[in-house]
Amino acid sequence: MNKLTAIGQRLYRGEVSFDFIGRWKTWYIVSGIILLISVGALVGRGINLGIEFKGGADFSLPAAICTVEEARMVAETQTGAQSIVTVTGAGTVRVQTQTLTPAESSVLAGQLADACGIAKDDIKYQVVGPTWGAEISAKALQGLIVFILLVSLFLTLYFEWRMAVGALVALAHDLLITIGIYALIGLEVTPATVIGFLTILGYSLYDTVVVFDKVKENTRGLTGQSVLTYNEAANLAVNQTVVRSINTTIVALLPVVSIIFVGAFLLGAGTLLDLAVVLAIGMTAGTFSSIFIATPVLAQLKSATPEMKSLTTRVYARRVQAQRKNPGAGEEVPMGDTLVTSRILDPSDRSQPRKVPRSKRK
Amino acid sequence: MATTAKTRPWRLLTLLVVILIGFSVWAFFPGTGNTIRLGLDLQGGTQVILLPKPVTEGTEITDEQLAQTVEILRARVDGLGVAEAEVTTQGSGSGAAIVVSVPGLNQDRIVELVQQTALLNFRPVWNIYGSTPIPAVDGAVAAIAVPPVQASENSPEFQSELAALDCTDPTVLAGGTPDDSVKWLATCEQSGAAKYSLQPAFIRGTNVTNATAELPQGGVTWVVSLEFDSEGAAALSRASTELSALPECGSGAEPCNAFAIVLDGIVVSAPRFNEPILGGQAQIEGNFTVQEARDLASVLKFGALPITLDPVDVTTISPTVGSDQLRAGLIAGAIGLVLVMLYLLFYYRLLGTVAGLSLIVAGGLVYTIFIVLSKTIGLTLTLAGVAGAIVAIGITADSFIVYFERIRDEIRDGKSLRQACDSGWIRARRTLLAADFVSLLAAVVLYLLSVGSVRGFAFVLGLVTVIDVLVAFWFTHPMTVLLGRTQFMQNGARWTGLDPDRLGGVSVADALAGQSRRKRREASA
Repeated sequence: MNKLTAIGQRLYRGEVSFDFIGRWKTWYIVSGIILLISVGALVGRGINLGIEFKGGADFSLPAAICTVEEARMVAETQTGAQSIVTVTGAGTVRVQTQTLTPAESSVLAGQLADACGIAKDDIKYQVVGPTWGAEISAKALQGLIVFILLVSLFLTLYFEWRMAVGALVALAHDLLITIGIYALIGLEVTPATVIGFLTILGYSLYDTVVVFDKVKENTRGLTGQSVLTYNEAANLAVNQTVVRSINTTIVALLPVVSIIFVGAFLLGAGTLLDLAVVLAIGMTAGTFSSIFIATPVLAQLKSATPEMKSLTTRVYARRVQAQRKNPGAGEEVPMGDTLVTSRILDPSDRSQPRKVPRSKRK
Repeated sequence: MATTAKTRPWRLLTLLVVILIGFSVWAFFPGTGNTIRLGLDLQGGTQVILLPKPVTEGTEITDEQLAQTVEILRARVDGLGVAEAEVTTQGSGSGAAIVVSVPGLNQDRIVELVQQTALLNFRPVWNIYGSTPIPAVDGAVAAIAVPPVQASENSPEFQSELAALDCTDPTVLAGGTPDDSVKWLATCEQSGAAKYSLQPAFIRGTNVTNATAELPQGGVTWVVSLEFDSEGAAALSRASTELSALPECGSGAEPCNAFAIVLDGIVVSAPRFNEPILGGQAQIEGNFTVQEARDLASVLKFGALPITLDPVDVTTISPTVGSDQLRAGLIAGAIGLVLVMLYLLFYYRLLGTVAGLSLIVAGGLVYTIFIVLSKTIGLTLTLAGVAGAIVAIGITADSFIVYFERIRDEIRDGKSLRQACDSGWIRARRTLLAADFVSLLAAVVLYLLSVGSVRGFAFVLGLVTVIDVLVAFWFTHPMTVLLGRTQFMQNGARWTGLDPDRLGGVSVADALAGQSRRKRREASA
């Protein structure tokens, strides 16, 4: 078996433990810096909106034999205004102009076809009125709000409100980073980008739910013992699901990356590429946040409750006692916020009856 | 959360096979059209998204008006004679968008055709004729007229074009040509049964204040009651006094005593005046069924509040570009699928084959269900949908990862392989349901609250989430349990993916601490 499996085994048993919760300051700082850059880019550079949002006409000329300059000449003579002409993958020339009437755009398509030596029917074009973008943005925003309300309700009912808060903080984190990267690189935002963006909603939360479900399982009946603090139990849960998180991210990113490659080399700009790029960014952020943001936020909220505070006190008192009894053990034990690598009993294991191995059954 | 009742893998597998066969039969038998309907971006064509806005400021568009608009647009688009042209609404009320999709080659006329505001006019009938063209008197065949024909007076040219009009030709009944209410109009009855020459309008649709279908006291057939505003009432009393004195229509008299209700240039109904109507309230009688009366009433109400259609997004895609996009999508999907399978095989070995098979089964289900939905509810697959399906490969595979990791955890806890397959499932199941519910919720909300391509994407994502749960429950789990029962897996060979020694065996730390749980248990037993 490979190394990840071996690490997975040791993570599960707590033999190797990454202190995801205890080092929250580090993660928050890293995230904070990325978020600051995102917000900075958003404010400073703004979002590069596609014609679907600001109105305009967009002509795609596949396998065109004209130069960018020729195409621009044709477009600017016809419209009397500036046009943007670019060459995308596979030799497609793309002409963007101000918004045109359907009749005007048909004429321009014909002229571009003549100038670039292709059939008019091969031109893909789109004309968008200036109000349409506002319409779809408003719809997307409405969808976002309704979804967040519903999912908060679900998470509160299925888990508890603190978990809903943790998950939503992580979600906001992912969305903000994705927007920020778009602003930073200046990628064009199209309706396909919006679709991808909204998909991140589902994906980011899906990922967080898987981790939180393990946290929930590990912390069931936690107050009835004095071996583990809430932070430690939650940290164990993150460690136990970290291999799954890595695998899931790889598996989710593989198809997305293959869309990016096929999209970039075969098609040039378009729905597939736009969608895949935003998903690749969002999914990566989603995995990061479910481990490094969602669970630490949850643990901090939860540790502040009276029951968990008294649990923590009990656990530490017991550890001090144990050390007095057996000072020569030399094993470091967690006494404060920092979790030291140590063997931790799985509380869920304690509460279960011991199974007789098959070979020993009557 | 210990093990519950024993899994019966064969039952679950049989259930899945039955479902798969059921959908396949439904998808591929009987008849034609057993393929997925492709959206315009994949097969080429023109799509126009229209935002309906009321002409009068401050009024709201009702769903009834929206439905009427779609009916009118459908008639216009059908007139183009393109197969599979579609008119659909997304959303409702004032926030709705109307999407007109016409596949095939570039159709420049479509935008002009669909954005025309449909008007309602009441016009006195000049005469009614048979539906077929009347040969001209001198024997020369007049040019085939494109209807409806309008002229400022009842000139010989108007008469000859009227004569040439063929109401049996479906394109003639499409409507969509601006109906100038001050001109004469030559047009057809909506079923194509008769041809009319009509005088300039005496009442316009905006003069109608209300229209309802009613069953009068003691009556046996339905009637449509109409109310007019003061301008309309005055015009009505004038016209009805004049017209009711005229001879019956169809007797050859010109003009005659009927008026035509013309919607979008096509005659919807042509009642005659029995008597002068002076109060601004009228009733149209005519052996209507409930449905006919209601239809007429909604046409009249619709005309009272005309809607302008703003073409906000016009996209034209050539069939070549469309098929290129489809091919690229399929290639990307295939590459993605192969990569995911390779990774799962590499990491989970023999268990990875179960995951790979599960993906294939899920893919088969998605494909057949899509065909069924194409056939039944006219679902079309767009590029965004293809992207949704590709993205879903990874998300579906995650369910298997969650389950397999749980099985490994159980084995690490010292359970036997057989137990682990069952108890691991019970734990994984809950996680899967919760996580997939969130995914589904996102898809449903997106679908309900969005327009355009977002819907296609959300639909596929939602469908795949449901299928993911189905496959995990009825295929992946039973297959894993069956595999776990084989002697081969029990032996824990290196590449089964569940080798207990590798997963939970004695580690260095355990050996030093001397407290491996497995060992402890063995010692105590």
